[in-house]
Amino acid sequence: MSDELDALKSALKAAPAPEAEAKARALALAMKNFDTAQGSPLALRPMEDRPKEAGFLWGVKEMMSSIAKRRWLAASTSAAALAVGVAVFAPHADKGPLPKMVVVAEPEAAEAPKPDRGRAEQDRLVATDKAAGQQEPAGEAVMAQEAEAGITLDDTAMAGLTTRAAPPMTAAAVLDGTMNLSDDLEHAQPLPPSTEAFANAEVNPVKITAEEPVSTFSIDVDTASYAVVRSSLNAGQLPPPEAVRIEEMVNYFPYAYPAPDGTQAFRPTISVMPTPWNAGTRLVHIGIQGAMPAIADRPGLNLVFLIDTSGSMDEPNKLPLLKQSFAMMLEGLRATDQVAIVTYAGSAGTVLPPTNAGNRAEILSALDRLSAGGSTAGAEGIALAYDVAEGMTAQGEVSRVILATDGDFNVGMADPEALKVFIADRRESGTYLSVLGFGRGNLDDATMQALAQNGNGTASYIDTLNEARKVLVDQLVGALYPIANNVKIQVEWNPAEVAEYRLIGYETRALAREDFNNDKVDAGDIGAGTAVTAIYEITAPGSAALLNDPLRYQSGAAQTAGNGELGFLRIRQVVPGQSESVLQETAIGEGAAATPEAQFAVAIAGFGQLLSGAKYTGDWGWDQAIEMALAARGTDDFGYRIEAVNLMRMAQSLSAQP
Amino acid sequence: MLMDTPDETLALAARSGDRAAFGILIGRHYDRVFRLAWRLSGARADAEDLAQDVCAALPAKLAGWRGEARFSTWLYRVVMNAAHDQRRRAAVRSKASDGWGDWEIARQDEISVEAERMDWLKSAMARLSPELRDTAALVLGEELTQAEAGLVLGLSEGTIAWRMSEMKKRLKAMAAEEAGR
Repeated sequence: MSDELDALKSALKAAPAPEAEAKARALALAMKNFDTAQGSPLALRPMEDRPKEAGFLWGVKEMMSSIAKRRWLAASTSAAALAVGVAVFAPHADKGPLPKMVVVAEPEAAEAPKPDRGRAEQDRLVATDKAAGQQEPAGEAVMAQEAEAGITLDDTAMAGLTTRAAPPMTAAAVLDGTMNLSDDLEHAQPLPPSTEAFANAEVNPVKITAEEPVSTFSIDVDTASYAVVRSSLNAGQLPPPEAVRIEEMVNYFPYAYPAPDGTQAFRPTISVMPTPWNAGTRLVHIGIQGAMPAIADRPGLNLVFLIDTSGSMDEPNKLPLLKQSFAMMLEGLRATDQVAIVTYAGSAGTVLPPTNAGNRAEILSALDRLSAGGSTAGAEGIALAYDVAEGMTAQGEVSRVILATDGDFNVGMADPEALKVFIADRRESGTYLSVLGFGRGNLDDATMQALAQNGNGTASYIDTLNEARKVLVDQLVGALYPIANNVKIQVEWNPAEVAEYRLIGYETRALAREDFNNDKVDAGDIGAGTAVTAIYEITAPGSAALLNDPLRYQSGAAQTAGNGELGFLRIRQVVPGQSESVLQETAIGEGAAATPEAQFAVAIAGFGQLLSGAKYTGDWGWDQAIEMALAARGTDDFGYRIEAVNLMRMAQSLSAQP
Repeated sequence: MLMDTPDETLALAARSGDRAAFGILIGRHYDRVFRLAWRLSGARADAEDLAQDVCAALPAKLAGWRGEARFSTWLYRVVMNAAHDQRRRAAVRSKASDGWGDWEIARQDEISVEAERMDWLKSAMARLSPELRDTAALVLGEELTQAEAGLVLGLSEGTIAWRMSEMKKRLKAMAAEEAGR
């Protein structure tokens, strides 16, 4: 949204960890009260404040004290006297008409803020609301203004209050209406873990091969995390640790891994190297290079841009950048490819009907006409975009909806779960979804990632025109043409050679072992010519770097002799258009030495770890990461790698500050 | 009772008297409660008090939870109400201490030795009205969507959107001021 909001967000995210002692105290008290409550159930209300002060006067009390507080804030240099008269006509909280209250507030004249100030503020407020196209000003805000102005609270204010002081049933009904959740306890479905929790997933722990020899995950070709990290660093802030997804940082860079030959869709390259940050362990680097089909053979392409035009998009790094980005992307399309534009929030509807990409003038003028403004009108944005896309699809063509937003996913479906299901559903019918994030502050990274995952697409974050070029021009083909769907990786470690292992990154992509063979479980896709990298840190048996002591009662177990194989790599993928997955297997040997490409990937993995807590990196720090990345920079035609080195330097100086 | 049982199931069990379920539930959520409390009050001591108040009141409040909303949404609202309560008590005690505001006053006569980031956060939060602070804590700190924040605060999504834009304006003004200094 803006740098300021972004800065406030990262500052707020840096909440301290609770103290163990305080926590224990609070939890003990809770348990004690729990036990007491079992003995003598209190009369309870769901949402109000203090249980001890129950009663219908609550609403009045709240209002009084909030008036007192506002008055206090308004004239805090001296004690303001406030005379208040209250008359309450016995309301009954549970049934019957809403309580009728008459409230007269008489502020002390000398200390009262001037009424016209309050009026002016209210006018401004209403004006702002009108400008923003909202239906009505918030009742609460009006109340605040009037209280400050010393005006007698009128019915509007009372309505605001009675809503808040409403009896439980009403409050529940309000919730029902907005969230569409069943209040039938029998049907209360346990909700899946939120994407937020996913995005904040704990760093992968070190696993003991003897206990858990198999590691399974979905590949991840998103790159949004790297761009978010870059935008934070460029704004002079260390990114919040939970914004760092190491695999997305590593996969941001193009790597020159050996290309597959013949009919293979991709080719894994495995190398083993000493760990830069730990002398007692080694790194296993797995690079998977997707095939690049002849560009000339590519099928026709139908793109529907679904563009957020809510008021918040009206910033230089949002809608204007988006327009420039899409204009650039047009260059990469063929004259026969088709483009349509649908907007949501603000001006809703089809802005450009399906048009041949050759007709650049028409497309560009439609893009130019886009303007941000207005509130979020709950348009049928996403359904419309998919309908348009499906109308455009001819036999053998690829259709994709490209959602561009700054975080407002009010695309016509309020429930994010319903949205995901809708997208996953349409994925089955062949229309995919990619998400482009713009601006910071409101950026809903977790939702972006979840939607793109469900739509077989990528989530990218566009912060500069340069990034737009990378995502939409240089890597357009890869982003739009999947060559392998549902790519899952499973590594089985050989306990004779590897005592402990740890997957670096991919925390949000972990799969259950049994899901590897289950084609119903969705996973990431590899686009034409793109590369995916995974890095494991492994510890040999007997190494001084082992983190877990051997077990006293298990040590007698027979150890199979090492045969030189560290482990066994299995990759499963679904060829686009097919339904059954194909398995590809490779042994992980000792032999292959690391190429500079692998070295650079490791340097970036180190960068990510330093940003997200450096739990396992020991004394290895910024200097070493920078040195390693510089040494493995290679030709770096587009300057992506040197940019990463500069970001490391920036992070180094930021983290050196107190 | 497994650790990965959904909150909603645990809450229902706790409501019907399952002590172990309640224990798991508060153990799981204490940190979240504490962090929101910190984001609302800006001081560790106040946040601890608030989190403890919430924990103490939770057994009684839980009986009012009917499974109509996600447990976490409901819990946010409990914390929010407790925070409002705390602020009101503070105001009634004629101490102009509504959390972050407290600090701005103290800043007048005392040079902060805290980290610059904290410094900035505090002056930014002190610049916002309590309503905007609540909204910031939920939308930015807890990363709720505007719709979710609306549910917690009992306001429409539009009001939250308005508050966010207002917040942005104030912070911009503050940044401009700082740049001009």
